[in-house]
Amino acid sequence: MTGFIDIGALEDIPRQGARVIRTVQGCVAVFRTLDDRVFALDDRCPHKGGPLSEGIVHGDRVTCPLHNWVFDMNSGAAQGADEGAVRTWPVRVEQGRVLISAELVSRPRAA
Amino acid sequence: MKKLVVIGAGMASGRLLEQLFEAAPGEWHVTLFNAEPRGNYNRLMLSPVLSGEKTYEQIVTHDADWYAAHGVDCRFGEPVVRIDRANRAVYSNSGGAPYDALVIATGSAPFIIPVPGSDLPGVVTYRDLEDTNAMIEAGISGKDAVVIGGGLLGLEAAAGMAARGASVTVVHLMGHLMERQLDPAAGYLLQRDLERRGIKVHCKGATKAILGHGRAEAVLLEDGTVHPADLVCMAVGIRPEVRLANDAHLEVERGIVVDDALRTSDPHIFALGECVEHRGQVFGLVAPLYDQAKVLARTLLGEEAAFRPVQTATKLKVTGCDLYSAGDFAEGEGREDIVFRDPGRGIYKRLVLENDRIIGVVMYGDTADGNWFYGLMKDETDISEMRDTLIFGPAFQGGTALDPMAAVAALPPEAEICGCNGVCKGTIVAAVQGGAHTLDAVRACTKASGSCGTCTGLVEQVMKLTLGDGFVAPAPAGMCKCTDHSHEDVRRLIKSMGLKSIPAVMQELGWKTVGGCHSCRPALNYYLLAEYPLDYRDDRQSRFVNERNHANIQKDGTYSVVPRMWGGVTTPQELRAIADAAEKYAVPMVKVTGGQRIDLLGVKKEDLPHIWADLNAAGLVSGHAYSKGLRTVKTCVGSEFCRFGTQDSTGLGIRLEKLLWGSWTPHKVKLGVSGCPRNCAEATCKDVGVICVDSGYQISVAGAAGMEVKETEPLASTPCEDEAVEIITAFIQLYREHARYLDRPYKWVAKVGLDWVKAQIADLPTRRALVERFEISQSVYRRDPWAEHSTTTETPRWAPLADLTLEAAE
Ligand SMILES: Cc1cc2nc3c(=O)[nH]c(=O)nc-3n(C[C@H](O)[C@H](O)[C@H](O)COP(=O)(O)OP(=O)(O)OC[C@H]3O[C@@H](n4cnc5c(N)ncnc54)[C@H](O)[C@@H]3O)c2cc1C
Ligand code: SF4
Ligand code: FES
Repeated sequence: MTGFIDIGALEDIPRQGARVIRTVQGCVAVFRTLDDRVFALDDRCPHKGGPLSEGIVHGDRVTCPLHNWVFDMNSGAAQGADEGAVRTWPVRVEQGRVLISAELVSRPRAA
Repeated sequence: MKKLVVIGAGMASGRLLEQLFEAAPGEWHVTLFNAEPRGNYNRLMLSPVLSGEKTYEQIVTHDADWYAAHGVDCRFGEPVVRIDRANRAVYSNSGGAPYDALVIATGSAPFIIPVPGSDLPGVVTYRDLEDTNAMIEAGISGKDAVVIGGGLLGLEAAAGMAARGASVTVVHLMGHLMERQLDPAAGYLLQRDLERRGIKVHCKGATKAILGHGRAEAVLLEDGTVHPADLVCMAVGIRPEVRLANDAHLEVERGIVVDDALRTSDPHIFALGECVEHRGQVFGLVAPLYDQAKVLARTLLGEEAAFRPVQTATKLKVTGCDLYSAGDFAEGEGREDIVFRDPGRGIYKRLVLENDRIIGVVMYGDTADGNWFYGLMKDETDISEMRDTLIFGPAFQGGTALDPMAAVAALPPEAEICGCNGVCKGTIVAAVQGGAHTLDAVRACTKASGSCGTCTGLVEQVMKLTLGDGFVAPAPAGMCKCTDHSHEDVRRLIKSMGLKSIPAVMQELGWKTVGGCHSCRPALNYYLLAEYPLDYRDDRQSRFVNERNHANIQKDGTYSVVPRMWGGVTTPQELRAIADAAEKYAVPMVKVTGGQRIDLLGVKKEDLPHIWADLNAAGLVSGHAYSKGLRTVKTCVGSEFCRFGTQDSTGLGIRLEKLLWGSWTPHKVKLGVSGCPRNCAEATCKDVGVICVDSGYQISVAGAAGMEVKETEPLASTPCEDEAVEIITAFIQLYREHARYLDRPYKWVAKVGLDWVKAQIADLPTRRALVERFEISQSVYRRDPWAEHSTTTETPRWAPLADLTLEAAE
């Protein structure tokens, strides 16, 4: 399934911050960078499940609030010596509205 | 002759008519409608008209003679109100005109934010000559003007009005000016230049209302600031003027949809300029519109032509603010930055590269090479060969790549190395030859790199040249990988250079990353807040999660909530309120903490503002159990009840807590007050401990009971409670002003020495000044964060942005 659905206004996400959305596939963190780009990542750090939405956002990276793993929000990959990745989701902004992949409203196919 | 009707005499249609008449005079008979009571003029030059550098007559591009010579039927001051597609005619209120082909070039309309008061007289937009004249005629010399919007237009309006003697404030919603063209570093430099010429800038300012009785008098912002304003100029954005096209049922998205030939969904109707949308893109600068004019002229002459937008560059027409930006300068995967900063001269250049091609350029201060970079970007030139010297521009290209050491070696002895102190290369060489073999020694005898420190690298290169392999550069002890400056340097430079924001620090001290990292940003936020408590605005996004959310995050992502209990004392009512809250929010665990407080563990984030509101209602405030700030003041019962108690230790503890609460410190701070040497409050392993004795108060500091366990060391004794309080306050302020972020007091005292600390506290004027500065800071920070976040506007922001689990049901 392709397509995008509206989840809210860009203004509702703080710059260098994130808001969470609840989905059938778990919580997803939607980040907004200083220069108004958005990224959507599963809100669970692969290390010990930290909520990435509460991390400090710097450039296009986010640092997990629990033990400081750093993730590249483009790819979801852990940086530096740490290994692992968070799932990313297609997201974009149109006329001030944030649109996210409609995949998130359908249940995951057999995992 | 075929009939062409053009709606709108703006920048785009002016260029179209020129192209058309030049290529095929006599092919079309043109009727030109314009809503403005005049023909084509150079809209870009309205800013010089506003500032008084030019007159309207000087910016007219097509005069009456020109229209007459080309047989144009001018219908100026006659807005078109209807297009009749079936009969191919357009109408104004004074009559119609038939067409064989129609061109819509209505440009765009300024956006007005619909806040209360936006319709008051004295509120203007900035688009045409009427707007410009309205600003000029308001006679603003010596009066207050507010410009809402810190983009290209807003800043030109601000500079124009300032040139006419107004006192101008720019209110901008975003964190930095011109955020669409500039990154924060360049935006900061621009702000600095504007402020230097007397224009005030208020970033992160959201307009709430325009106040005034019968006419604009002031602008009120969401944060409560009021800026007086005899005139308000709204320059917050534009939207394509598509009303006619909509009414005529042409295909319209954001703009009038056109194909590559600039044709709308009706084959007889064309459109160009800011009113169109081409392949999803709308336009706001003239360069692409001129290309459109070229293409449309050929289309109208029956030739094949296709419009392809190219990247455009932006410059700001404000004298003295030299900026240049083009392309895409966002960070991204696979993108790299080359950054050059010269804080002394206010120069900043940044190239964004991808696959060895330039894809974005931002420059401030020195933009001479802008066009050269732009050319490389447009041509997609592979720059890998010249990468090392690319940022220095075309003058450095060709020949072999420059070795930085060779560049330093080539400098003459009189070349200046340290700009702040005017130290030249020869002086440094002489010092090194005279025996100064370390950076500190060179600093001590020449002052080079002793001020802003950004020339440290250069000084080291000169030393290395002079000493050869004998020189070992000291390993950088930077705060983090974003900078080579140490915490101490950064604190010192924030003060000496008057840096008042995180972007200012990053720019002036040459940060190597764009947005810092999780370790420097919280530190910088603290340093700025400690240095400028009245001016600095806390940056929430630079705070660690606990402080951002005013609660301790637990391993499962829930939070714990700890109300303050002054000196560990509570009441039945408070206990009842806590119990009620625990029940209402299904708190899984209620626990007494080591600091004599009650901890409610396992609260969900979205419940936080609600539980706080309930606790607030019972008179409880945040215990800051999460903060790098004052945590708890542990007390024993003291003379009130205990048979050994010598003084009112509980009372003193409460007094200290009420004085110190809310203050931010480099790390957490805990106090203990015991009523006698039996020390039931365990005061001698706290950051500050007080033991009450018959003769008064023994104050000791720098204890620890965490990863390291350490007994406190005596700081002072005094017979008088007031003096004890003063000493403790002064000690905490000294710690706030000097310690590096995340050093507990015991670590800091070990670094600076207890004797130095004692000397500062013992000197009465110094002590009093410390207390005074602490009080100033507390006038801002002694506030309950729970109350601030459990308001009706804030509370919804704690909940998820959206819940898609509901939509999944179908
Ligand atoms: C003060 C200022 C400074 C600027 N500086 C720069 C700059 O430095 N660089 C840059 O690239 N761009 C700049 N711009 C933007 C640039 O001016 C525009 O991109 C350009 O003018 C758009 O051209 P246009 O022909 O589409 O619309 P416009 O030039 O706006 O012309 C549209 C015309 O259509 C008329 N009109 C609208 N509706 C009707 C109707 N129903 N009937 C008849 N007529 C109608 C309007 O009155 C207007 O005269 C600046 C703009 C302003 C306001
Ligand atoms: S410290 Fe002394 S005064 Fe305080 S409770 Fe213990 S015995 Fe009593
Ligand atoms: S849970 Fe994210 S770093 Fe440990």
